[in-house]
Amino acid sequence: MRYLPHSEAERAEMLHVAGANSIDDLFAVVPQKARLDGPLDLPDHQPEYQVENHLRTLGGKNLAAGDGPFFVGAGAYRHHVPASVDHLIQRSEWLTAYTPYQPEISQGTLQMLFEFQTQVANLTGMDVANASMYDGSTATAEAVLMARRLTRRNKIFLSGGLHPQYRDVVRTYVDEDDDLVCLDASPEGQGDIIDHIDETTAAVVVQTPDFYGHLRDIKSLAEAAHEKGALVIIVVTEIISLGLLEAPAALGADIVVAEGQSIGNALNFGGPYVGLMATRQKFIRQMPGRLCGETVDAEGKRGFVLTLSTREQHIRREKATSNICTNSGLCALAFSIHMSLLGEAGLTRLARLNHSRACALADALAAVPGVELLNKTFFNEMTVRLSKPAVEVVEVLAGQNILAGVPVSRLEPGKPELANLLVIAATELTSDDDIAALVSALREALS
Amino acid sequence: MTTKYSEDHEYIRLEGTDGTVGISNFAQGQLGDIVFVELPAVGTTFKKGDEAAVVESVKAASEIYTPVSGTITAVNDALDGEPALVNADAEGAGWLFKLSVSDPSELDGLMDEKTYASHNE
Repeated sequence: MRYLPHSEAERAEMLHVAGANSIDDLFAVVPQKARLDGPLDLPDHQPEYQVENHLRTLGGKNLAAGDGPFFVGAGAYRHHVPASVDHLIQRSEWLTAYTPYQPEISQGTLQMLFEFQTQVANLTGMDVANASMYDGSTATAEAVLMARRLTRRNKIFLSGGLHPQYRDVVRTYVDEDDDLVCLDASPEGQGDIIDHIDETTAAVVVQTPDFYGHLRDIKSLAEAAHEKGALVIIVVTEIISLGLLEAPAALGADIVVAEGQSIGNALNFGGPYVGLMATRQKFIRQMPGRLCGETVDAEGKRGFVLTLSTREQHIRREKATSNICTNSGLCALAFSIHMSLLGEAGLTRLARLNHSRACALADALAAVPGVELLNKTFFNEMTVRLSKPAVEVVEVLAGQNILAGVPVSRLEPGKPELANLLVIAATELTSDDDIAALVSALREALS
Repeated sequence: MTTKYSEDHEYIRLEGTDGTVGISNFAQGQLGDIVFVELPAVGTTFKKGDEAAVVESVKAASEIYTPVSGTITAVNDALDGEPALVNADAEGAGWLFKLSVSDPSELDGLMDEKTYASHNE
């Protein structure tokens, strides 16, 4: 039985102040179809050991990422995380990596965040980075809102190469109207935004490598955007790609957002992850999120502070740049430690290794009848068109303990032209045996 | 040339229908060291009481409301590099923006210097 301390009279009073007639009124913004209209359909309680048995049986049906050949990517990548990362993030100094509310006494945490920001700024080539966001998709939505504040314009174009779930998160964050233009999926990497930009455009959002693996021509797009006073938001879902590819700043990015999971963080069933956000110095006051700065104390010694907090919700209230008032502290810590262990040369080697494994995968796939590779360029991920619907093929291969990739239709349902497309990723963990197993299973499934 | 003050501590100095808007000397003293000023775009039209600018000090970020309706004709670009001008000379070189007043009758609702001074006591 739930214990609810408020009396009926108190509830009525609170509802009156809130201007609502009933508690249900408070949930009016939640669409009816998303609401529960009765109790959950769950069995009665059972003894603890029976529940454990039941869950163990369910868990046994899982095919985990490390259980067999694994080619799933599409925004979440299986990389090797050194044991030292897990060891170091568990040290007691870091157990409260959560963003501190009395920041100046948490010098260790602040220094870590400062190092993290420095790494993100260096990776992206941008002037400043914040202390992290929830994940790449929410960071993208925040970047869209930031661009609207900066330009005082509303029109946003999302590239057809943007991760479909990132697009959907942006749709959730902003009012869906004519000012948010989501271009059609562009699985062949076709240029899509450049012709749309005009004087009312706040920003273009483009991912590279894009959802389908193509490296996008950003430079000419950025020139066209800047000519019209629009901003360029570059999205990176595979951060290791920046070990080889040109930094987004050099491509003309005004805001860079990325998913940082690939460095230091396991797949974690899709989260928690760590969103990266970096921008130009002149845009810093419109950047959302925590920001850690380096300074000197009264004795001239180096110290760290949370700075520019006047942008944030706890001071600026409803006028804040964002309602985010935290960061992904522990995931950022893991990112920062792994990045420190890699170093610049290590990151480059890791990126090269990823690309060379992907090249081996592409070569092997090219020889399979019924598989058409759509990419002329890629980093560690590519899209193939199969001679059968991708969902069916993936199910068949999963039955053989091979996780072959992400069918595009899983994220873009109801689009028959995308039904045969499969997004396939390789990482440094992809062995020749894995590739051989995939190729042989595909030959059989497509014959 | 007359200067009028709002309850929100903005001043407007008038030459005909051209007004120069800033925050009062009293307000800058209350805010403390000003570190950033966000100014409106020239050509924007505001109604009386609209938020037109933001003044950020080490203590707080404060919205600046237009004391009367009008269209922005100029902003004080010097504040971009030197926001402390607002502290040094709030009612002079530290002005925020100029606007052409669209409804001079709104000025009647504002305070003169003497009333404003007693308002702050």
